[in-house]
Amino acid sequence: MTQAADPRAGRRAATETHYRRFDLFDRWLHGALMTSFLGLSLTGLPLLFHDAPWARLVSGIFGGPLFAAMLHRVFASMMIATFALHLGRLAKKIFVERQPGILWGPTSLVPQPRDLTEMLGHLRYFLGQGPRPRFDRYTYWEKFDYWAVFWGMGIIGGSGLLLWFPEFFGRFVPGWAFNVAMIVHGEEALLAVTFIFTIHFFNGHLRPEKFPMDPVIFTGRVPERELREERPAEWARLERQGRLEGLAAPPPDAADLRRSRRIGATAVAIGLIMVALTIYALLRGH
Amino acid sequence: MAGGLLLCAVGAPGPALAAGPANDDCLSCHDDSTLVRETGATSVAVDPAAFAASMHGAAGAACVDCHVDLAAEDTEFPHAEKLAKATCDGCHEEAVADHAESVHAAARKPDGSPAATCAECHGTHDIAPSGEPRSRTNHFQIASTCLRCHADPAIHPPKPGAPPGRSPTHFNDSIHGHALLVAGLNVAPNCADCHGAHRVVAARDPASPVNRTGAPQTCGACHEKIVLAFEEGVHGRQLAAGNEAAPSCADCHTSHGIVQAATSTWQARVIGACGDCHRPAIRSYRSTYHGQVTALGSTRIATCASCHDAHAIHPSSDPRSTVSAERRLATCQQCHQKATAGFASYDPHADPSDKSRNAAVYYTAGFMKFLLVGVFAFFGLHTALWLPRSWAERKRHATGAGGAPESRSPDQEKPS
Repeated sequence: MTQAADPRAGRRAATETHYRRFDLFDRWLHGALMTSFLGLSLTGLPLLFHDAPWARLVSGIFGGPLFAAMLHRVFASMMIATFALHLGRLAKKIFVERQPGILWGPTSLVPQPRDLTEMLGHLRYFLGQGPRPRFDRYTYWEKFDYWAVFWGMGIIGGSGLLLWFPEFFGRFVPGWAFNVAMIVHGEEALLAVTFIFTIHFFNGHLRPEKFPMDPVIFTGRVPERELREERPAEWARLERQGRLEGLAAPPPDAADLRRSRRIGATAVAIGLIMVALTIYALLRGH
Repeated sequence: MAGGLLLCAVGAPGPALAAGPANDDCLSCHDDSTLVRETGATSVAVDPAAFAASMHGAAGAACVDCHVDLAAEDTEFPHAEKLAKATCDGCHEEAVADHAESVHAAARKPDGSPAATCAECHGTHDIAPSGEPRSRTNHFQIASTCLRCHADPAIHPPKPGAPPGRSPTHFNDSIHGHALLVAGLNVAPNCADCHGAHRVVAARDPASPVNRTGAPQTCGACHEKIVLAFEEGVHGRQLAAGNEAAPSCADCHTSHGIVQAATSTWQARVIGACGDCHRPAIRSYRSTYHGQVTALGSTRIATCASCHDAHAIHPSSDPRSTVSAERRLATCQQCHQKATAGFASYDPHADPSDKSRNAAVYYTAGFMKFLLVGVFAFFGLHTALWLPRSWAERKRHATGAGGAPESRSPDQEKPS
């Protein structure tokens, strides 16, 4: 260990060597995804829970249901653009740069047998029956997050477009497709909102080791100690490949960290409020 | 009514028939404006000018035409302190007979409560023809005449079950009240136009013009075309057939507080009125975008009546129905101008729990529930198990104790 132990990486780690994890493009993409996701939840949930006592208030903050509907489409466009940029970059990496490791291997987000063994190992570790698995660049829960969003993009985005342009799609699909789209859009959105605002928040930010947040998605870099400890397989691989030096970076400066925390805390606060309102409405049977 | 009173008064030339004192004889005492009963407070003064200006005075009616017990030849003056109540039925026989059967008469009988007699509404010595604006029974005055009692909680307490905080004068704020009192429309209805004048009976009495069975006819006196459509429609036919669950006009529109149907607040509210009876329909409607947006208060998108019509409502199997196979597409196209037949085959009242109605909806909803429960069952447990371990890790870091983390123990080193 290179640093006196503090799980809140960065707060007192100003001198520790960091390693780049996410490049600027991915960080901006996450920012756009986060913003559009929060916007979509805030303008969408009042519809889903229209008879909850808070629905009119939240809808009213966004100018009433019809103006909120317009904003919902603006945020939807932003999210679709985000997804398109991601897909475009992915295609470039696969087809133009022919990067190995995008579709398989330790740096790929594609689920692989090791994810199953790591998950089982992690569960054993939870129960005190074994050591923490030696994770590489992406853990199984991070891959789940990624593919959940990927699937959600298709499902919620597709059904959303159907509902946005019903007259156009009505030329090609039968009426029940709109019934299905309506259910899928609402239920999948409910799943996405509650999952992101509870499980993703916990896994990424709120669990005691990371609390109150992990700034890596905003600063793009991870302290050495954290990398070695949480992703030992990645550390070992990078060391073996001689790539550590190339990824080394100075620690994020204090202003960067402050900004990251502010953005992160705002997003987490909005998310937790929304999930609290959702749970309240679900428990009240709305 | 005004004409009737006038004719009656003119057709009964009081002085010719009546014996007893002449009006001037009476006024020789009663024109003293300070004149009171022996018991004190009650004034027995008559303003000669007001009487002369009244329709009775103008027609030459005698005091004793109404105060009939003074008409006897042998009456001595000054007369007895307590006289019989002035009677109207000498001339207005029909009106008095009607009143005798009214709720006003019934309310007065047992306990002598101050329910209206002739004088409460028409006045006494100063009665003007109702055609004159000053008359208490003038078209534009009747509402305030009725409300003198009906807005006074001491005389007329609010009905049990009335919405709390509802103003007793809420009629004045209704579309009818506004048309009558603000816009001054002579076609706007006052109380008597709906309830009748002399023979006002309770709304639950089938004889009442505002009884649920008779209301369409009463409302239809003005809203003629609406009521024709209503009576042809399923609600009207069921109502006429004696189905007590069928709605009458007031079930959707309310009675006194009727709001203009074009207003957003009313349109949002009437959805609930439809839903009071059509429970499964309102439930499925609320799960559509139409129903969600209107629940949040905007009625710029479809409410019940947008698709089903408000009055010409027919079963969807009836070709006249706006949602029949024949007319459905045109109904959708009122808002969705480019709607296609495929678009119009959307089921706006699909029920996710009803497999026979729409299997795709049923299975989709089932799958989504399974997904939601499955994801949270796994990750809920995952998180619950992780939390204490993560807490332990944090403590280990915070204390700086613990040496090498478990994941780095040498026996775990494997090539990756």
